[in-house]
Amino acid sequence: MKKQKLHELKQTSLRVREHIIRMSGNGGCFIGASLSCADLIVYLYKEFLNVSKENMKDPKRDYFFLSKGHDVPALYGTYVELGWLEEERLKNHLKTNDFIYWHPNRNIPGIEFHSGSLGHNLSVAMGVAMDCKLRKQKNKVVVVVGDGELNEGSMWEALLVASAYKLDNLMIVVDRNQFQANIQTEDLIPLKPLAKKFEAFGCKAKKVNGHNFEKMDEIFKNFPFEKGKVSVVIAETVRGKGLPSIEKRADRWFVNFKEEEIEQLLKELHGAKQTKLTSETIVAR
Amino acid sequence: MTYADIVLDLIKKDDRYIIMTSENRAAFRNLPPLIKNNFIDTGITEQTMIGMAAGLALRGRTPIVHALATFLTMRAFEFIRTDVGIANLPVKIVGAVPGFLSDGNGPTHQAIEDVSIMRGIPPMNVFCPADEEDMLKGLKSVFTHSAPFYIRYNPTKALVEHSKFELGKAEVFGKGTDVAILVYGFLFREAFKAKEILESKGVSVRLINIRTPKPIDEETVLKAVDECKLIVTLEDHFITGGLYTILAEVLLRNRKTANVLPFALMNKWFKPALLNDVLEYEGFTAGQIANKIFNKLKIEH
Repeated sequence: MKKQKLHELKQTSLRVREHIIRMSGNGGCFIGASLSCADLIVYLYKEFLNVSKENMKDPKRDYFFLSKGHDVPALYGTYVELGWLEEERLKNHLKTNDFIYWHPNRNIPGIEFHSGSLGHNLSVAMGVAMDCKLRKQKNKVVVVVGDGELNEGSMWEALLVASAYKLDNLMIVVDRNQFQANIQTEDLIPLKPLAKKFEAFGCKAKKVNGHNFEKMDEIFKNFPFEKGKVSVVIAETVRGKGLPSIEKRADRWFVNFKEEEIEQLLKELHGAKQTKLTSETIVAR
Repeated sequence: MTYADIVLDLIKKDDRYIIMTSENRAAFRNLPPLIKNNFIDTGITEQTMIGMAAGLALRGRTPIVHALATFLTMRAFEFIRTDVGIANLPVKIVGAVPGFLSDGNGPTHQAIEDVSIMRGIPPMNVFCPADEEDMLKGLKSVFTHSAPFYIRYNPTKALVEHSKFELGKAEVFGKGTDVAILVYGFLFREAFKAKEILESKGVSVRLINIRTPKPIDEETVLKAVDECKLIVTLEDHFITGGLYTILAEVLLRNRKTANVLPFALMNKWFKPALLNDVLEYEGFTAGQIANKIFNKLKIEH
């Protein structure tokens, strides 16, 4: 990857993180998961997916599904950076005059399908991938799922079917931030060895650092990883990435920050010392 | 003409239609080699099948998903509600062996709350044909409609010739004013025979084949309420959420009441046995239905 490109991606994801942080007050958002997959979403839209403002209704476009709907602020932020969504509209977060809330809604241009209930968008993406295959079209279909989401039986049921139908135009990206809602995955329902589990279900799995654009580039460009198999990327990520004061913290899963905390967090994102957070921690919702 | 013929004809004329099943091929065993790419069997995976149907619909397809009514409407309920319902996609959900038709299978296979839960999904319509002929008459409109539908699959042979299907219009037999029998699905057969028994004793009967519990033909129901002394609701469904409840909703909406005799499963699963024995045991044969109506009307029989 060229230095200029790398710099550009880093700058974009920094701005996406700023958007996410600004959405974490006035009702709040699921900040931890949004920050863990921000780099992934930026990479996918900027470098991997053939989808643009011009072709987003074209049946030949690539499809993106965000199955773990909690992290939709990362998607809104990316859409602002792509010029698909006016930045002003982010202020409508949780307002009745728009469709911007805690989970994706199809009324926002670019969002292919709603999510929020875990374990759904993989099978929806499979329906799309199946149709692309039947029509002999070359679209890529990517679905980002959470590691906690892998508790859902419907994920594994769907994998059996995806492998049976050899959907090698389908890529599953796991945002492996090691957390489910309130607890570390390995402390509740352990997923290890995760890559082996996917491979036992007939997929080809690769691991990557989900915050390193150069490493992602090396992995993603090999899609499909193996002819006839679903490609799985296990993206090792950090919950709350970019804000050391909330990184890897179970109690900063959902947050509703005060205005002054948000101002300080924006400085922290750019290297200032850790923010002293005083707002109430919300563990379970 | 059979169900499979209708599906085949649709697919041959229009590539948008795809039939999907979670390994319940009985109704179209010979179809797969004839329609190749328009047939998808996902194995025993109702949730995945519905999710995929939604994905296929996003690509402009009209999936007809066919599986046992219980597993389809209940195992996959949240997928139907969330992926098909919220997005209002044209997915056609065909539930096999609904109601009493599951005869000897036992309570795991008894879809007797399907109408209730499917009609509760905002954009979902519900079609419960009286018999095979009624089903075939309605399927084309239902399959080519842009809304999602739940269909109670009913391949039983017809006793009568049915009129043309019109979505949201009930089919009325007779102009009787003593009793109106409201029925959907398989029990139409018993209702039709009960009508003959009642009429042989001078009771005038109006038989209403509801066809679509949703959208309900409110005009026909209200006309019966206004003109008939007794209203009977007859369904192989729990008393909650089906035709009896639909009638109550119609009455309340119109500030009316009525003298109602419901036949439904009163908060219990039915005795598993061969179909005719089930009807006898549960009190749903034509003779048993007629007798209860005679008693209600205080008529010697």
